[in-house]
Amino acid sequence: MVILTMDKTFILDGKTIPFEEGETIMEAASAAGVYIPHLCHHPEFKPHGSCKLCTVSIGGRLGASCTNKAAAGMVVESETEALNADRRALTQMLFVEGNHICPSCEKSGNCQLQAVAYHLDMLTPHFTHFYPARDIDASHPDVLLERNRCILCELCVRASRDVDGKNVFGIGGRGIKSRLIVNSASGRLADTNLSVTDRAVEVCPTGAILRKRHGFTVPIGRRLYDHHDIAEVPVAGMKEPRSS
Amino acid sequence: MFNLETAAHAANLRRVVIEPVSRVEGHGKVTILLDAHNKVHQVRLHIVEFRGFEKFIQGRPYWEVPVMVQRLCGICPVSHHLAASKALDLIVGAKQLTPTAEKMRRLMHLGQILQSHALHFFHLASPDLLFGFDADVATRNIVGVAAVEPEVARKGVLLRKYGQEIIRHTAGKRVHGTGSVPGGVNKNLSRAERVELLGDIDTIIAWSQEAVDIIKNLFIDHAALYKAFGRFDSNLLGLVRADGALDLYHGGLRATDGQGGTIFDHADYQNYYEYIHEEVKPWSYMKFPFIVEKGTEAGWYRVGPLARVAQCDFIPTELAEAERVAFKAFDGGAALSAPLGYHWARMIEMLHAAEGIKELLLDNDLSGGDLVVRGERHLRGVGVIEAPRGTLIHHYRVNEDDQIVSANLIVSTTNNNQAMNEAVRQVAMQYLDGRALTEGLLNHIEVAIRAFDPCLSCATHALGKMPLEAELIDADGSVIDRLCRDTV
Ligand code: SF4
Ligand code: FES
Repeated sequence: MVILTMDKTFILDGKTIPFEEGETIMEAASAAGVYIPHLCHHPEFKPHGSCKLCTVSIGGRLGASCTNKAAAGMVVESETEALNADRRALTQMLFVEGNHICPSCEKSGNCQLQAVAYHLDMLTPHFTHFYPARDIDASHPDVLLERNRCILCELCVRASRDVDGKNVFGIGGRGIKSRLIVNSASGRLADTNLSVTDRAVEVCPTGAILRKRHGFTVPIGRRLYDHHDIAEVPVAGMKEPRSS
Repeated sequence: MFNLETAAHAANLRRVVIEPVSRVEGHGKVTILLDAHNKVHQVRLHIVEFRGFEKFIQGRPYWEVPVMVQRLCGICPVSHHLAASKALDLIVGAKQLTPTAEKMRRLMHLGQILQSHALHFFHLASPDLLFGFDADVATRNIVGVAAVEPEVARKGVLLRKYGQEIIRHTAGKRVHGTGSVPGGVNKNLSRAERVELLGDIDTIIAWSQEAVDIIKNLFIDHAALYKAFGRFDSNLLGLVRADGALDLYHGGLRATDGQGGTIFDHADYQNYYEYIHEEVKPWSYMKFPFIVEKGTEAGWYRVGPLARVAQCDFIPTELAEAERVAFKAFDGGAALSAPLGYHWARMIEMLHAAEGIKELLLDNDLSGGDLVVRGERHLRGVGVIEAPRGTLIHHYRVNEDDQIVSANLIVSTTNNNQAMNEAVRQVAMQYLDGRALTEGLLNHIEVAIRAFDPCLSCATHALGKMPLEAELIDADGSVIDRLCRDTV
């Protein structure tokens, strides 16, 4: 293989990837149409680096591709068996830490957690389910908060704070007790100024934040990931179609 | 009612347990108490009913329910899907669905009837009917049928498959789809899909007609056995259309006393609890519903194919209607109170489903674009449908936040609880009383239960078919005999 050497390129799984100054590995890869599995990353928001699904090997050292900046000449590996095995285990942990019951979940087919699990060939949860007791908040007239499905990616936190300018969500507690909290005196969604049109409502990668009364209106077969692996589905901010 | 529900002096009797009942869906158990001369003193059918589901969905958003309730049952999920949707239509204020939505749901339902009835008749019932109730247990199963009657077995498989295809096209998946939503449906059927499904429908109708002929001829050829086997009179309950026609999707409740006398008619099922109550008995987990007006002793009833075909004034498709007339006329109405008459009525319904599917597929409304209606919100709704096994009632209350507050489900098999007990008692008297037990004799008990096609998984919320084990236990509890066999 001929490897082009340019000033602003790096190597990702043998491919030459151009980047612009300041871009992360994830951003440069996405712009070039190359998929790196991720959950807490979203091109419109500041990187968070918490899910670790996007971990790659950068010159032999492991790092999150969503937070590490691209640098000229670096050699990055992503699609290796070992990294994908780690990603699978991380995804399995996310499944057992929450209560993810895909067959009756309205986000099924449009859910990034489910789609990533399919992409990584996750066939079983492997680990013992925690079955945590988490509550649902149905108090808001138009938005449902289903904490059983929250993976604590903080995308809603970032969207509400940085785009909607409202600061409706936050993460409270520590470690395994961490949970999504709502910034109102009562702790209820109804007592915030959240609106159904807020960016925070549509950004959730799982079925934890939902527009009420819209569940199951898209038939099976026409959902986002029914016919396409998540690696083939373009996301906002992508500059070229994915090669996959 | 037979007087075998509770023996007078149970302590001195031997106990026979048939558990689990095989070739029915789910988990059931029959216990028989015999004295030293093998005289039958007590017969009970137990179904382990677990009412976890009603609790489980409390607090869930209502629009999730039609999808979630399908987990009750892997055999007739569509029935639960539709019964829940019908209840939720009222909650979202959809008094009248669009023609496309109603016809898509009806099509889905007929697909379900076709696949469920075919599965039951060919896979579960035909081994008994074709080989005899005490034929060699090694061949008395679907594999045996396939060896001796390969064409019958093949058509059975393909009939079921066609029903599943209808479900896939209307619900999105063969099992546990999402097609029906509160207030309507989420898809229509394209013309291309209709053309594809119409391709086979005439064959499906012809094979359904053949299936009716198989069971009809069995009745004719073995009239004495088929008429008398486990026979008893009972009230009947089911939905009928406003004009009295058979309608499996929607209608008012009709109850008759089995002799043609009306108990109530065109009753609004929103108030079902004014007509039907459920009795609890100390020996069974499953409740015993009864018609309020008649009381607990005389108010129990049959639901399902036999009740529906016997009660309706006519069937609105041509071939099935001709078969209904023949069914009712057989030997002065002898099939109407025979448990084995269920098989006959079931096949008439399968024929009706096949004809109905064709009618719907030819209707351009199926390809319309108006899928959902909404109106004024309500806080409660009842949905009733005639599921393959009989009347199925879903009742929900929601709060202002769109969460389910309470749910009550009366499934078809529960509606038939007392009737199945009666059939088992009758057969025990006819065949077991005073005789030594054999596997073949015990199978007679199961033949009676199987005629109702009980979906024990609906009633128990458990899945899976299990092997049969029958134990003969004497008065002090020691096992003196054991019969074992594998599941089919
Ligand atoms: S609610 Fe959704 S967006 Fe917010 S933290 Fe949980 S998973 Fe992420
Ligand atoms: S996507 Fe990089 S850590 Fe989550």
